[in-house]
Amino acid sequence: MIKRVIFKGQLLPLLLLAPQLAVTAVFFLWPAGQAIYQSLLQEDPFGLRREFVGTENFDAVLNDPLWLNALGNTAVFSVSVAALALGVALLLAVQADKAIRGANLYKTMLIWPYAVAPAVAAVLWLFLFHPSIGLIGRALNAAGVAWDYKLNGGQAMLLVIVASAWKQVSYNFIFFLAGLQSIPRSVLEAAAIDGARPFRRFWTVVFPLLSPTSFFLLVVNLVYAFFDTFGVIHALTGGGPGNATETLIYKVYVDGVQNLNLGASAAQSVILMVLVVGLTMVQFRFVERRVHY
Amino acid sequence: MDAATTRRRRLRGAAWAHAVLAIGVLIFFLPIWITLVGSTHDTATIGRGDVPLLPGGEAIANYTAAWNAGGGRYRSAPAGLMLGNSLLMAVLIAGGKIAISLISAYAVVFFRFPGRMLAFWTIFLTLMLPVEVRIIPTFQVMVDLSLVNTMAGLTIPLIASATATLLFRQFFLTIPDEYVEAAKIDGAGPLRFFRDVVLPLSVTNIAALFVILFIYGWNQYLWPLLIVNDRGLETIVVGLAKMIGSGDTQNEWNVIMATAVLALVPPVFVVVAMQRWFVKGLTETEK
Amino acid sequence: MATLTLTGVKKAFGATQVLHGVDLAVADGEMVVIVGASGCGKSTLLRIVAGLETPSEGQVRIDGRDVTPLEPADRDIAMVFQNYALYPHMTVFDNMAYGLKIRGLPKPEIRRRVEEGAALLGIQELLARKPRQLSGGQRQRVAMGRAIVREPKLFLFDEPLSNLDAKLRVQMRAEIRRLQKRLGVTSLFVTHDQVEAMTLGDRLVVMHQGHAVQVASPMEIWSRPANTYVAGFIGSPAMNFLPAVLVDGGGAARLAGGGAPIRFVDGPRAGGEGRAVTLGIRPEHLEVGGPDALPVVVDLVEPLGSESVLHGRLADDTALVARLPGAAALTEGMRLAIAPEALHVFDAATGARIDPAGG
Repeated sequence: MIKRVIFKGQLLPLLLLAPQLAVTAVFFLWPAGQAIYQSLLQEDPFGLRREFVGTENFDAVLNDPLWLNALGNTAVFSVSVAALALGVALLLAVQADKAIRGANLYKTMLIWPYAVAPAVAAVLWLFLFHPSIGLIGRALNAAGVAWDYKLNGGQAMLLVIVASAWKQVSYNFIFFLAGLQSIPRSVLEAAAIDGARPFRRFWTVVFPLLSPTSFFLLVVNLVYAFFDTFGVIHALTGGGPGNATETLIYKVYVDGVQNLNLGASAAQSVILMVLVVGLTMVQFRFVERRVHY
Repeated sequence: MDAATTRRRRLRGAAWAHAVLAIGVLIFFLPIWITLVGSTHDTATIGRGDVPLLPGGEAIANYTAAWNAGGGRYRSAPAGLMLGNSLLMAVLIAGGKIAISLISAYAVVFFRFPGRMLAFWTIFLTLMLPVEVRIIPTFQVMVDLSLVNTMAGLTIPLIASATATLLFRQFFLTIPDEYVEAAKIDGAGPLRFFRDVVLPLSVTNIAALFVILFIYGWNQYLWPLLIVNDRGLETIVVGLAKMIGSGDTQNEWNVIMATAVLALVPPVFVVVAMQRWFVKGLTETEK
Repeated sequence: MATLTLTGVKKAFGATQVLHGVDLAVADGEMVVIVGASGCGKSTLLRIVAGLETPSEGQVRIDGRDVTPLEPADRDIAMVFQNYALYPHMTVFDNMAYGLKIRGLPKPEIRRRVEEGAALLGIQELLARKPRQLSGGQRQRVAMGRAIVREPKLFLFDEPLSNLDAKLRVQMRAEIRRLQKRLGVTSLFVTHDQVEAMTLGDRLVVMHQGHAVQVASPMEIWSRPANTYVAGFIGSPAMNFLPAVLVDGGGAARLAGGGAPIRFVDGPRAGGEGRAVTLGIRPEHLEVGGPDALPVVVDLVEPLGSESVLHGRLADDTALVARLPGAAALTEGMRLAIAPEALHVFDAATGARIDPAGG
């Protein structure tokens, strides 16, 4: 889609684009190119020597048990966050849609966690689940459950999942509620006249009509769990205990920033880039389809 | 089934809905409540593990300490300073993104020039290159440009925005051609048309986007963590996480909780106060 | 006040030729209406005059000055758009004043002009409102006002009435004409509505497939259409066309459907015996009965009160529409006669008008 009527001139539009293009080139394209370049090099930590090693860094990364561990963590973490955040949001949105009175009030009460930074969300949940000062953490220990997320990897994973999902429920809730409210009442009434009970009505009528929204949200939630939850993990567990909550993003950070293993970090970056490109393409293909829907 | 049964069933349904929602809201508020309450007690009460459920009397002392001095085992910068940094960073990022996206979208929509599609796709590409996948080389660029430990370094690299550019492009395409023609006949050039017509028409979109981008800016974590180690530039989100350290029991938890409250009040206030814009911004940017 | 001259204006969009060389001279203070079906090139022609499109070939002169290379703003013109194009965020006053502000007129002068213009159009009370608070007719007036305050050499109207309902359209039509006469501004008005064209224009330009097929006064176009296209386009219901051949050395024509030859009262046509022609007769020039009347099978009568419109067929199945005064009944074996003085003769192949030889 392009405009029929336009202004004349070649220099002005280029000047208008210049700031954005400059930032993109300097801070996005050049570093991304460097990442690809470095992923093919081996450099010693002092930056004195570098040599071309081809796919060696990639082989090393893909065969590194720690990286494979991070890959597994990422899968468990992302799928759990998405499932939890989507499930809770859908449940709440369906109820808010039913409770026509007060739907907006509930909306206000449920959307604010979106504004809370992931790292701050992590801190809030730490206050609840800390084994010695946290309300729930202490209660669990008192009840005989040996709860300490700093020692137990599974518990640590659970905590970062809950803290990450908590924040994302708001976002999903807004979209689910909007999706539900856009379903014409007449369709539901028709289903009711056809004799479908509420539960059946939900699964046979409402849920299919929500599926575009749901699929879109699934992609958004996976992207969120992948990239935006670095703060949660960094603030809460630091990837531990014993790499139990180390995700791919977190590992790139650790290898690059803390261990200064540039080649390995760059190779991981490139693998992640491929992943983002894939996810973004899925997202946009879907958006396109939604437009024609 | 008589009318009374239907009515009763409907009432029961509504009650059930309200109950589920109330529980949801409670779970959402629980961490905040604990934090709020904790921020009004002294260090010893929390350190002992007697988790209080009702506010205590140390609020003023704790918030004053947090605001003026900071705290935690890692002595954070004073929260007042960190809040100021976060606010400035969030406003600069949001404002910067909106400004450069507006003019980029304007150039792409209202002009034809060689390289137009190339420019558009280049901007689009930034979507696929989040900071996380180019940490080290980006840091090197920052060092080369002496942008480490500066507010400029904290904000400028984040102001490219494919999302905002796409949104404005989409909106500009809906501006009727006749406005441009009328402006041409009135004698308005492209810059004048931008200022007098396009900008005023974009106000709603700008407001909606500002809410989203302010939150985005405020919540930055990895980027400030990477390029700021000067405590004078510490932002509150990173500062708060640093105060926790490794989560040892012995810590000034009351001050940390007060800082946490301070860290989440501004963005939460923006979202709740500008809820209408926020929801619009959220749903529009994802179209 | 100015004259407008177009010479050999052509326009192609890619491979599509939209205008095939249009010539037109508009006199000072004249209102010329460009009329044609959609896609005939009339809007493109107007936009070329405005400077919103550049012609592929040809020249546009305003007051003798070649303005072809000039920007719209430098042509001293004003335009009223189909959808009015009022800036939605500006008040009526600001909408009207915008062009003047850009031209750097002093504030008091702007205020004076806008208030005068508003008074002329009766929209003084609306000056503080935003466009969305106005009705369609009011918006139309504001769009006019925006053009008037500029005091331009040339008014351009791009189908400004087509977004109004029928009643308002008639009212605004008269208003525009009155205003234009009073201000005496040279005007170009584009429309697809032939009634609008007939009532508004000093002269009409009938466009068809990128050609200006006839440029003449409304009455001239109605009484002497240049070809079958113009003849069928102007007038409602449309003119009837009946295939025929010349007989009697060109002095009469015989309908393809048979019947007595129809004698031309204004003189013989060239081409002689047997030339294939199309006879045109307007529905209002048919009358009931008479010696040479044609038998018509009427299948529909539309009573319009003061008159009736009859739809029927001749013996050879040619459709025929007649407009008769008063009420008409559907009767068997009706016969309609052609008023010979109102007959138009066109070439059957080219559709061009054939006037009496030597006349």
